[in-house]
Amino acid sequence: MLLSSLGEKKMKYWRKPLDADKVKVPHGTVRIVKDRCKGCGFCVEYCPRNVLEISDEFNVKGYHPPYVKNEEDCVNCGLCELICPEFAIYSILEEELEEKDEQ
Amino acid sequence: MNEKHPMDYLLREDRIPHIWCPGCGIGSSVSCFIMALEESGLDLKKVAVVSGIGCTGRVAGYVKLDSFHTTHGRAIPFATGLALANPDLKVIVYSGDGDLIAIGGNHFIHAARRNVNMTVICINNFLYAMTGGQVGPTTPLFAKASTSPYGNFEQPFNLVHLAAASGAVYVARWTALHLRRLTKAMVEAFKKKGFSFIEVISPCPTSYARRNRLGDGLAQMKFYHDNSIIRHGADPKDTDIGFQTKIVVGKFIDKERPDHYTFMTQELEKVTGGKK
Amino acid sequence: MSNDREILTGEHFMNGNVACAEGAIAAGCRFFAGYPITPSSEIAERISERFPEIGGIFIQMEDELASMCAILGASWGGVKSMTCTSGPGFSLMQENLGLGVMMETPCVLVNIQRGGPSTGLPTLVGQQDMMQARWGSHGDYEIIALCPSSPQELFDFTIKAFNLSEMYRVPVLVMGDEVVGHMSERVVIPPKEKIKLLPRRMYTGPPEEYLPFKPDKDLVPPMVIAGEGYHIHITGLTHDEKGYPEISAEAQKKLVPRLVNKIKKNADKIIEIEESNTGDAEVIVVSYGISARTSLRAIELAREEGIKVGMLRLITVWPFPEKRIYQLASKVAGFVVPEINLGQIVYEVERAAKGKTRATLVPHAGGHIHDPKDILQAIRSTLK
Repeated sequence: MLLSSLGEKKMKYWRKPLDADKVKVPHGTVRIVKDRCKGCGFCVEYCPRNVLEISDEFNVKGYHPPYVKNEEDCVNCGLCELICPEFAIYSILEEELEEKDEQ
Repeated sequence: MNEKHPMDYLLREDRIPHIWCPGCGIGSSVSCFIMALEESGLDLKKVAVVSGIGCTGRVAGYVKLDSFHTTHGRAIPFATGLALANPDLKVIVYSGDGDLIAIGGNHFIHAARRNVNMTVICINNFLYAMTGGQVGPTTPLFAKASTSPYGNFEQPFNLVHLAAASGAVYVARWTALHLRRLTKAMVEAFKKKGFSFIEVISPCPTSYARRNRLGDGLAQMKFYHDNSIIRHGADPKDTDIGFQTKIVVGKFIDKERPDHYTFMTQELEKVTGGKK
Repeated sequence: MSNDREILTGEHFMNGNVACAEGAIAAGCRFFAGYPITPSSEIAERISERFPEIGGIFIQMEDELASMCAILGASWGGVKSMTCTSGPGFSLMQENLGLGVMMETPCVLVNIQRGGPSTGLPTLVGQQDMMQARWGSHGDYEIIALCPSSPQELFDFTIKAFNLSEMYRVPVLVMGDEVVGHMSERVVIPPKEKIKLLPRRMYTGPPEEYLPFKPDKDLVPPMVIAGEGYHIHITGLTHDEKGYPEISAEAQKKLVPRLVNKIKKNADKIIEIEESNTGDAEVIVVSYGISARTSLRAIELAREEGIKVGMLRLITVWPFPEKRIYQLASKVAGFVVPEINLGQIVYEVERAAKGKTRATLVPHAGGHIHDPKDILQAIRSTLK
């Protein structure tokens, strides 16, 4: 997927990179292990693409896990996986996911 | 809870969920730790984690590596024995500020002085969290704790200064929010021969933040975001942490000095002719 | 591993502390961590001189807490390890002695006893840590403690201590004293092939089936060491067979009685005593360490007076040979227990005798060995 097709509104540049239309931005899919979540909100706050939002649903421990609000926007940066203190969220590169599904 | 997580292979997943509170930063640091182990390419068979007592002391119990949960303050001497007896091991001490610096403070400075082969990761949450939030040797001046209800009036240790002055060859400080930089620091520290030290400033919503009305873990993370100053190579003596003051982070020391085991065995061989 | 500097086979004139160091080396000890303290320091000094030539690691730690902890770490690193100390240092080691018990870690702790309490008599003899050896660390546990009476025995018993610690996966104490440690005598170091060493009880099965605290029939679990891919978790918390912390009365009940019973139920195999003339004895002197040797003179004098005196020398003080004491209790007029303290093992003798006979303490506050006449006097008055 090309950067330009992600929509200008998502990524603001003070100067448009010269190779912006050539750079391939990866796309990821977020996976959430809901029942491990303790609702700290770190992933929601620090996702650089605002992919996540706290849900209204309760998990087994009574916390509100996040849900994927803007699925298209995930660039598989992996920050959610790193910041989550509960080992409860991660993303997979879409291409890998497709390969996986094909197998 | 059968859903898997990519880090599960390095976790004792039958023990997850862990005991750490919502908004605690220890879990985030462990994610960085796992990522760093992966990136460093270390043989995981040869990695041993040693912890003391306290919240961070529980790290040893969650990572699927040879792991030892020792007595309060004694992770470093245990690790010293382990590292010297088996020099092929990469020994990592993962513990908290009270454990490593108060009751274990003497061991800390001496292991750094000797330059024993180990990486010490110290989660600093500014007090004794596991036992209910008592004041500790890292509690900032004027901060409240359960045994300093009117504020702490003792000068705290500056851990990176202490480590550097004691002779550590690698000294860095990051917060639990500096995920990539913390991961990178761990990778660098693992590759270092000798005593490497990483301080991780970490939110403690249940004890430290609650007693000082600093909000939840997320609020503390936001504080780190707004108040951390990255200053690589800063003189560690200029990096004191006050109550809700700016936090200087970065890599402060990265130098070469022969590690204890190598130096000792080399010199002994020169003098005695080595094992006959 | 053939190295003629490893075992100094032959006859030597050496002091007890040096003999102890040689015993450790002969037993295969290759890691030593310690902190200087009189009157035990010659052990560390000898080891620091000897280890470089045989490939051992010596480290002088910052205190005794660290020393004890370091030898536990080294043991899990796969190396036989030892520390030595005296009075105040023994107190500091209690914390991690308990960790060694809980982690079931083979290692040896030598205590060359001096007079206490506190700094007490740094250069003079005492036998005042005998109960601390049994009960010094917090919580319930059983321990093995040996009492050498000569430099030769400091050599022999140090080897024995390593064997017992590997056999039962427990720290083993060698409870020497200042006199035995500083006395120089003939010490015979046998050839290597005559020295019996027990290997570590290693687990050899598949890693995925390994449970670090699943005991064998004798209640002792086989061990693995760090760095072999077993990914063990070892904790000082109450734990299950997997080694995982389990904070419950049930887990405690499963673990702690086993730690106690692996010594108690094997006590008959562990206990060693030395008896002489106990068959027809009217009075039996029960003693250990240097006091057992002082008693020999008293026994000689008593026999000259026609008193039938026997001797029971404790080689293992812990576990205590209570069965044998009870058997003998109904046959004698009394036990006489000389010890360089104000009464420790005498109460154990009394307990074991279960009222069948009395036990008379020959106390000594420390700083000197007994005058044999005092022991003789106690023997005489037992028959009155």
